[in-house]
Amino acid sequence: MADPIFIERLPAAGHEWIDRDQRLCFSFEGRRYGAYAGDTISSALWGNGVRLLGRSFKYHRPRGVYSMCAHDANVMLENGETLNIRGDTTLVEDGMDLTAVNTVGSLRYDLAGLTDRMSGFLPVGFYYKAFHTPNWMFPNWERMIRDIAGLGKVNPAAEWKPSPKGYDACDVLIVGGGPSGMAAALAAGRAGSRVVLVEDTRCLGGSLCYAGATAPESVATINSMRDEIAKLENVEVRLNTSVRGCYSENWLAMIGPGGMTKMRATAVVVATGAYEQPAVFRHNDLPGVMLGTAAQRLAHLYRVKPMQRALVLLGNDYGYGVALDLKAAGVEVAAVVDLRETIGKGELVHDVKTAGIEILAGQCVYEAHPAGGLRGIKGARVCPVNSDGTCISTTGINVNCDGIVMATGWAPAGDLIGQAGGRLNYVQDAAQFRPDELPPGMFAAGRVNGVFGVDARVEDGGQAGGQAAAFAVGKELPARRRPTDEIIAPSHPYPIVKHPKGKAFVDLDEDVQIKDIVNAAKEGYDSAELVKRYTTVGMGPSQGKISNLNSSRILAKATGQTIGAVGYTTFRPFTQPTTIGELAGRRFHPDRRTPIHSRHQAAGAVFMHAGAWLRPEYYGPRVRHQAIVHEVQAVRHSAGIIDVGTLGKIDVCGADAAEFLERMYTGRFSDLTLGRCRYALMCDESGVVIDDGMSARLGDDRFYVTTTSSGSAAIVREMKRWAMIWGLEVTIIDHTGQFGALNLAGPESRNILGRLTGLDISAGGFEYLGFREAVVAGVNCRLMRVGFVGELGYELHVPAQHAAALWDAVIEAGQPEGIIPFGVEAQRLLRMEKGHQIIGQDTDGLTTPLEAGLAWAVKMTKPFFIGQRSLKIVEPRPNVRALAGFVMHDSTVMPSECHLVVDGDEICGRVTSIARSPTLGHVIGMAYMRPDQTTPGTVIDIRVEGRLVQAEVAKLPFFDPSNERQKS
Amino acid sequence: MKIMTCPVNGPRPLQEFVYGGDVTEMPCPDQVTDEQWAAYVFERDGAPGPHKEWWYHAPSGVWFIAERDTGTDEISNTYLYNG
Repeated sequence: MADPIFIERLPAAGHEWIDRDQRLCFSFEGRRYGAYAGDTISSALWGNGVRLLGRSFKYHRPRGVYSMCAHDANVMLENGETLNIRGDTTLVEDGMDLTAVNTVGSLRYDLAGLTDRMSGFLPVGFYYKAFHTPNWMFPNWERMIRDIAGLGKVNPAAEWKPSPKGYDACDVLIVGGGPSGMAAALAAGRAGSRVVLVEDTRCLGGSLCYAGATAPESVATINSMRDEIAKLENVEVRLNTSVRGCYSENWLAMIGPGGMTKMRATAVVVATGAYEQPAVFRHNDLPGVMLGTAAQRLAHLYRVKPMQRALVLLGNDYGYGVALDLKAAGVEVAAVVDLRETIGKGELVHDVKTAGIEILAGQCVYEAHPAGGLRGIKGARVCPVNSDGTCISTTGINVNCDGIVMATGWAPAGDLIGQAGGRLNYVQDAAQFRPDELPPGMFAAGRVNGVFGVDARVEDGGQAGGQAAAFAVGKELPARRRPTDEIIAPSHPYPIVKHPKGKAFVDLDEDVQIKDIVNAAKEGYDSAELVKRYTTVGMGPSQGKISNLNSSRILAKATGQTIGAVGYTTFRPFTQPTTIGELAGRRFHPDRRTPIHSRHQAAGAVFMHAGAWLRPEYYGPRVRHQAIVHEVQAVRHSAGIIDVGTLGKIDVCGADAAEFLERMYTGRFSDLTLGRCRYALMCDESGVVIDDGMSARLGDDRFYVTTTSSGSAAIVREMKRWAMIWGLEVTIIDHTGQFGALNLAGPESRNILGRLTGLDISAGGFEYLGFREAVVAGVNCRLMRVGFVGELGYELHVPAQHAAALWDAVIEAGQPEGIIPFGVEAQRLLRMEKGHQIIGQDTDGLTTPLEAGLAWAVKMTKPFFIGQRSLKIVEPRPNVRALAGFVMHDSTVMPSECHLVVDGDEICGRVTSIARSPTLGHVIGMAYMRPDQTTPGTVIDIRVEGRLVQAEVAKLPFFDPSNERQKS
Repeated sequence: MKIMTCPVNGPRPLQEFVYGGDVTEMPCPDQVTDEQWAAYVFERDGAPGPHKEWWYHAPSGVWFIAERDTGTDEISNTYLYNG
């Protein structure tokens, strides 16, 4: 294989980020290149002379380096399963095999590049207009557009990589490790706050790392501040970490090398800096045209010569420093084009003049000239311009260059401020937005705050850090004074030049041009938010960070508004693209397990989720249906045992315990005698059934109540609330997690239980609906004789630590009868045979007890219970629907739960439970239907996948209507 | 995520709390018309603004009342129910 292409860099100097001792090799679009460790993909490619790094999203125009700081949305790459890697910020790894996304064919011969030639036929709003005429064609167009659109192809078979999440807290979080952020960290740290300083690049320093001529002392400043910070034990620095979102009350999402951290900060200092903004002119998007800071980053951090011959287009004095940096990097500076008529008098301007660089004041770049063969640009035409962007003449002069460097202004990186509910105001003098109102506990410093000089930024950061530290301890905030800043107007108000032939790009992500914004304004979209949606400006991967300001400027001009009135679009998380994987993190769904869980596992249980609980659905090794039939038959013919530890288990004690239950439940409990239990049904205030269970009397002032498995937490909560509101002397103790419970059921259950306890459990000694406290298998146990499954049965409740031992003892004792454990599915079938409803399955959010066949459990004659007043309104009216049983003798087509009961066109109800009964040998079910349909023998229609099947209404229960078995 | 101050446990993250609806006093069931009762059960003022709400601190089982502006999501006061 041929040696990788490698071009040597500029001589080592200053603060470079590359490690010249480590050479890496990677490939891009099938060719191999060399790089240094510390190179980003873009810096390595650019350093090796590659100019075509990607294609634009819509017109597939050639694109190169533009920002070098995470906004180069057109340089997105694919590395195996990893998609949409940003070339400008992602480090080269040895052996990477990269291809550009968003190309048809290859980057060089991109077939979709034809769209660029057709761009005249693709005006703004084109999609909205063209593809809906005629309307029926839209699905076809949509399919075609979706094929063309999108970046990268997801591999659904990609391996799942867990990305952990952490939680953290600090007094002061400082976002941004530039001079203002470092100064804030020092001030807050010295004041004693626990400080976390977050920097999204690999080292502290921010813009000072590549400031070059614009801040000659920068490296010394960084080093001394960094050393000071290192001395403070209460200041933690986190590099390569970016704050992606700010949520209410300074709750921030940060993503770093270890995954996501959710940070709770008492105070936040936003020192996020500013985004340099491009100028807009024809062909301002081609490779070779780049921001001033991008050229500085290439030259200083990676020691890559950004171009051979540069034209520097600037609108502020900072740009003069960039011109000097370029010259220092060996670039021939063809000329400095200053948009301002009157050039500054600063030191940098003086140095540029001294260096013999020609300065063209009051001029603009009217257009760049593309070089053939996707090689970028070969020159530019420079024309005289007014401050509002109109060219005085378009004749101008042609300048040969292979790069245009733009230094025309800034926009604050105010994302987090906006997300937190702060506001930015347009400051006319500075021609940019500045933070105005900040939410409590949030402070801004540095460039984001409109402060640009290095010393001024340090001073501003120190003040912000002091305020944040005071806020964190609830002290009065020290006064804040705006530092004197030597840079007065860092941004040009209108660095935008129209061209009759267009191709002057405002937004490179989405290929939005000047004319698109102007046309949107003409069509009546007159605010920043509307223009964004109509033109898609700012909707691409860089989210308008280097396009929104220019878009607002054009819109303001087109509509005759001020930029302040046009405003800016809402800042929303995330500040940088964030993968679903980073958000999803590690699955965190704790399963609740009963104390008998290990026994179920050993018995081959197949588990199901029941709310938060894991419960045995059935026990293997039989297949599902056979296992359920086997378990049902064991309970009907001999004995079975089921874990019911998931039920809510509540002690209600106190002098008013009986009165309390009278009010909470529909039934009567004051007359419940000691040693008895009773069905307990609960409604909400609208009279809708919400829960049921059993209530047993333990003493004069003590009851034991069970609830449904899913309802326990809510019922405990409601009980506590009503007990407090009513002022009753009652205490609610939730034993749900503290008690295990099992149900021993079947005709042999008495014999089995008898071997384990000295309690008199004879038919007369422990009657149906009796309650006892006794020792069973050596454990203190609460016993209820209940019959949910329609057989003789006992519910045994014991402290959780004894539950497994009791389970073992019962199974052991039941060996002669062949006792087996049964699961939730068998229980559902057994109870349905017996006609018992499950609240939540056979009822819904509108079901009254009157409809559900539970009127017998409601004592309307009581003075009060929750829901009674509403039921008094409902009771005299005829029911709209009623729950009834049905059977199906011919069941080639079997309905499912929620299939509709219909009568002609009328929907009468729905199936709530249905199964084939092994006991009865045919399909049985329960369904809501019209009350006049509930007479046994009525034939009802159930709609199954468009077909009607017939069922015959039957009397409930299906099995043992005289209750002989459960009462035996 | 918000922090809410439980009157018993102090400031705690919002995820520990359960919302319990607007504080609406139950009228005497025997002394209201059906319409008045239905209004008590179903009608709630959802307009953004100051509201008195029930909140429950789930880990400790404490019910209390929070005065919250549902327009700004500012909690101005929390206190225990006092008959």
